[in-house]
Amino acid sequence: MTETMSLGKAINAGLRKALDRDPKVILMGEDIGKLGGVFRITDGLQKDFGEDRVIDTPLAESGIVGTAVGLAMRGYRPVCEIQFDGFVYPAYDQIVSQVAKIHFRSQGRVRLPIVIRIPFGGGIGAVEHHSESPEAYFAHTAGLKVVACATAGDAYWMIQQAIASDDPVIFFEPKRRYWDKGEVDLDSSLSEAYPLHASRVVRPGTDATVLAYGPMVRTALDAAAAAAEEGRSLEVIDLRSLSPLDLDPVYGSVRRTGRCVVVHEAPGNLGLGAEIAARVTEECFYSLEAPVLRVAGFDTPYPPARLEEAYLPDLDRVLDAVDRTFGW
Amino acid sequence: MAKGAPPTELVQLLTPDGDRIERAYDSSGTEYSIDLTDDEYRGLYRDLVVVRRLDAEGTALQRQGELGIWASLLGQEAAQIGSGRALRPQDMAFPTYREHGVLYCRGIDPIMPFGLFRGVDHGAWDPAELRCSMYTIVIGAQTLHATGYAMGIAKDGKVGSDDGEAVIAYLGDGATSQGDVSEAFVWSSVFHAPVVFFCQNNQYAISEPIERQTRVPLYQRSAGFGFPGVRVDGNDVLATYAVTRTALDNARHGQGPTFIEAYTYRMGAHTTNDDPSRYRIASEVEAWQAKDPIARMRAFLTKQQLADDDFFAEVEDEAKQVALRLRERVLAMPDPDPLQIFDHVYPHGSPELDAQRDQYAKYLDSFEGSLR
Ligand SMILES: Cc1ncc(C[n+]2csc(CCOP(=O)(O)OP(=O)(O)O)c2C)c(N)n1
Repeated sequence: MTETMSLGKAINAGLRKALDRDPKVILMGEDIGKLGGVFRITDGLQKDFGEDRVIDTPLAESGIVGTAVGLAMRGYRPVCEIQFDGFVYPAYDQIVSQVAKIHFRSQGRVRLPIVIRIPFGGGIGAVEHHSESPEAYFAHTAGLKVVACATAGDAYWMIQQAIASDDPVIFFEPKRRYWDKGEVDLDSSLSEAYPLHASRVVRPGTDATVLAYGPMVRTALDAAAAAAEEGRSLEVIDLRSLSPLDLDPVYGSVRRTGRCVVVHEAPGNLGLGAEIAARVTEECFYSLEAPVLRVAGFDTPYPPARLEEAYLPDLDRVLDAVDRTFGW
Repeated sequence: MAKGAPPTELVQLLTPDGDRIERAYDSSGTEYSIDLTDDEYRGLYRDLVVVRRLDAEGTALQRQGELGIWASLLGQEAAQIGSGRALRPQDMAFPTYREHGVLYCRGIDPIMPFGLFRGVDHGAWDPAELRCSMYTIVIGAQTLHATGYAMGIAKDGKVGSDDGEAVIAYLGDGATSQGDVSEAFVWSSVFHAPVVFFCQNNQYAISEPIERQTRVPLYQRSAGFGFPGVRVDGNDVLATYAVTRTALDNARHGQGPTFIEAYTYRMGAHTTNDDPSRYRIASEVEAWQAKDPIARMRAFLTKQQLADDDFFAEVEDEAKQVALRLRERVLAMPDPDPLQIFDHVYPHGSPELDAQRDQYAKYLDSFEGSLR
């Protein structure tokens, strides 16, 4: 059975399944209980699973993640909500110095099946600290898995797979796509669903490969649709997993198309695109007709809302980069 | 300070019915009283009414799509005016994002916070010039900044006299849970910094009631850090003024930090994005309505025959005019130029960023009919 729902609702439904499946799963975060979260992603879950399992925490992100470590050591599977991307930094020390390293430090004795959900990215007209894309900080940190969902169908299963994972997973949710509707396959299972750490071709094409994740997947697809009208065929790949990266399908694609553009909202400097460009260049050097190009946020702090349209990569900037790969 | 007086949990100089209490004592017996001129009493009333009206304009402008969001101070006027007016010109304030009333008391043009809420800038102003730091959205962060600033004052030898400087750090009840805030308490205590932590306990951090942040009254928390805590009726502008003035003067005279819990209530939503009906009941709001800070001051002025209907009408009219002028100026705020994204990242620029700016300018110019 499939059902059409918004991406936000799909995460809600996925969380519900996870709470149902495993009594050790608990949700913790600011305003996630009665309010159901500022984006209503946990709407109704406290009512149905109780205050013991859907926990409104004191207002302290380091506390949320730090206590999740202890709860995980005690056998729980905490799912933490960070209210907005820009508020993960008080928890950064716990994530980078503790969550990421305890398995390594304990020589595998301690597993931390923690999920840290972070609504990320811009495009909602918000004030400072509400529109950031901090994924590279976490992907840079060994010991963490990092994923980003882009569609309702993926969100539903990816959140369940992240919770079932024995690794700590940083789970990025494209907040401006929360209201985007998509088909969700409810009949699949954790093991049959598309794997958590695999990229996926979401639009096949022959002339150039466009890579994106999270909120930029739709932008890339829109660009591909526009390019098709001008007779150019773009292959769009949703990376889905940012650490580890699953680039074999990307290499295969680039070897066919000879052109590759990576798109993300995060600043270009030392962003995911830099790593991907390096790897694609190493693996596909003789197939490339042009350098791998990046379409990214500028290397500035996220601007005020009335400038975000200028800041954020859009269809035009993606097509401009594609054009440049052809002009090489 | 008359020690040995009956300690009370809540310092109050004006009852909700507008009756004056001559002297009030905090939980450690410190006495508070206030003696203002008639004009000053009327001035406080005017402040309360004007900032409520300005704030309402913020809410209205958001509803009309002119602001991205607005954080209303409705219900917290007395806490902000009382503390804001207690500041002396040389003092320094570190606000959160809700202190529009404090800005007003600092003599800051009411347009200032609107850049941030409209999304044309991040709320830029010169803290040194306005004696008020910029709004801070990351909960609790400003309490450390305030503490460090106060440490600087002490290092400069600017404490110990009537001309000494003091700092006020605003924070919410939710903020008291942040690590940064506990660290600010430690630092300010250890370094005896001339800082007053002014916590508006408006009973909620978005949807979470105060019980989610503490099991003991907040004002008691500072004792463990080694400095006094006072709970004041935050809907009583006179008591808030008296308590804050004492704390600031103690700080400027070198007596270290104070924590003030202004006990109040957020009458409106957390911000215009919020729907409080999801987490609190109407009767609770109604109960606080009866403690309204403006109604109580009006009752006081009336009972004391310090003001008549003409005065109230005149203040009402003045507030309306101020709000109208503000509205016109907000509507006239220009959208920033896209290339401003690259400005002010570094004091002396950066060649990489200059190149990015040039490239983006060329890109924008490549569009036919480019708006630039
Ligand atoms: C570090 C951080 N975490 C979360 C948020 C999101 N947030 C904004 S306001 C708020 C509640 C603040 O409550 P309180 O400190 O009581 O102040 P109030 O808004 O009631 O004045 C939260 C959780 C934030 N701004 N910063």
